[in-house]
Amino acid sequence: MTLANAIVQGIFLGAFYAVLACGLSIMFGVMRIINLAHGDVAVLGAYLAFVVVEHTGASALVAFAAALPVMLALGYILQITVLERSLKAGLLTPLLATFGLSIVIQNVLLIVFSPDVRSLGPAAGALTSASWHVTSELSFSALGVVVLAVAIVVFGALQLFLSRTQAGWAMRATAEDADAAELVGINSRSVYARATAIAVGVAALGGLFLGIRSVFDPISGPTQLIFAFEAVVIGGMGSLWGTLLGGIALGLAQTLGAEIQPQFAVLAGHVLFLAVLIVRFGGGRLTLRVAR
Amino acid sequence: MTLLKVDGLDCRYGLLQAVRGVSFEVAQGEIVALIGANGAGKTTLLRAIAGAHRPHAGKVTFDGEDVTRVPAHQRVARGIALVPEGRRLFPSLTVEENLRVAVAGGRRGRWNEQTVLESFPLLQARRKLPAANLSGGEQQAVAIGRALMSNPSLLLLDEVSLGLAPVVVDAVYESLANVITEGATVVLVEQDLTRALRVAGRVICLLEGRVVLEGDARSLDRERVVNAYFGLRSRAAGGER
Repeated sequence: MTLANAIVQGIFLGAFYAVLACGLSIMFGVMRIINLAHGDVAVLGAYLAFVVVEHTGASALVAFAAALPVMLALGYILQITVLERSLKAGLLTPLLATFGLSIVIQNVLLIVFSPDVRSLGPAAGALTSASWHVTSELSFSALGVVVLAVAIVVFGALQLFLSRTQAGWAMRATAEDADAAELVGINSRSVYARATAIAVGVAALGGLFLGIRSVFDPISGPTQLIFAFEAVVIGGMGSLWGTLLGGIALGLAQTLGAEIQPQFAVLAGHVLFLAVLIVRFGGGRLTLRVAR
Repeated sequence: MTLLKVDGLDCRYGLLQAVRGVSFEVAQGEIVALIGANGAGKTTLLRAIAGAHRPHAGKVTFDGEDVTRVPAHQRVARGIALVPEGRRLFPSLTVEENLRVAVAGGRRGRWNEQTVLESFPLLQARRKLPAANLSGGEQQAVAIGRALMSNPSLLLLDEVSLGLAPVVVDAVYESLANVITEGATVVLVEQDLTRALRVAGRVICLLEGRVVLEGDARSLDRERVVNAYFGLRSRAAGGER
């Protein structure tokens, strides 16, 4: 029964990682940008929601709804001012630019909010504490269920957007061949900016869940980035549904690892990540050698 | 009436100069073939007209307006469409999606998804398939149809016969002939000299980025064209300009 509980908690945790990883996956899939500031962007979103909560006393979800437009606009501006220029200079430059951005965000947060640890938990009301106890050892937390439901809705909505709408086709076309997309009348700059806006918006959602389920401080970003990055790689780079499954696989690895020994939790996730890397890329090199 | 005017166009890739001071005009309703050996600058020239390559110097005037600094997607909205070399379809998008995505320019006219599919009947059965699963000829038909979706007043065709079997090339040109009637203006790049001379009203021959021969397709002596094409007797050919 504890195994069943570990699996359920793993899926909930994994859904959280998937939401965190979603934007990273979009930016890599559409623009081939690995956004090293993604975790910090998520934390920035959490702080923004925190500010709204502090000033208005609103609940965390309402505060997030207020912060979301700001984050979307921020993503749009980030693309046209920083990332677009860095993209022109080759594949490595966006990596360096987002690395720099990560440092800038962390330090600005440190100056404005001090290194104190914050949480959105108190502003989330019953969401943090409510749960359904099925048996003495199996329980579904309200937060876990909400995060999983939101993850499925977010990934499903993105999937529908990409496969059914004109703007979605334009985004896929630009991702596959930006030059050819321009030649059929698609404004690739605007598509890229929209993709980054969506990525930053979903990252903020990840930040909200981070703030509700635990605590955050100005330098929480890189840890979140690592989990998000692992989820993307486990699920297959640039694949949206893969990222959802990758996040859940990572969450499962961590809770099942904790079943063996609590210290193994994070380590088990890393081991899964490395195993996927070795099988996928090490295996590829092996077949190349054989072919030669 | 002059639809397109290229004036002293100069295109570079770093230090490499692909197009050197090319000037020519295309009148409304004209079909012009750009010919020349590999590396003569034909593709670069077409891409510069379409806005996909930013020229180093010179001017492109379309429909009376200077479009030299206008980005490619806005030129589509103004009526320039390029069928790029190598087709460049969006491989994971279906045939339908490849066509529908190209209405972003927002121009209205006789071409829409239905009329394009009617003009290329072989695509009817393939419309739900990803473009990557199509044969070369089918892909070329999609590429041409996709360019038509923006209802262009100037259609640029870059080597539509590239990598296709001769029979398929015939079929592609046959459907093109149906499509580009009714006073369409076309600039096409074609390696096959005979075909270029047959399809086009006027021929412009490029050699190492320069125009070395230009004239009416009917009146041009084939031997002169061949010489200009390969740069034989280049001094004499150069003297023609």
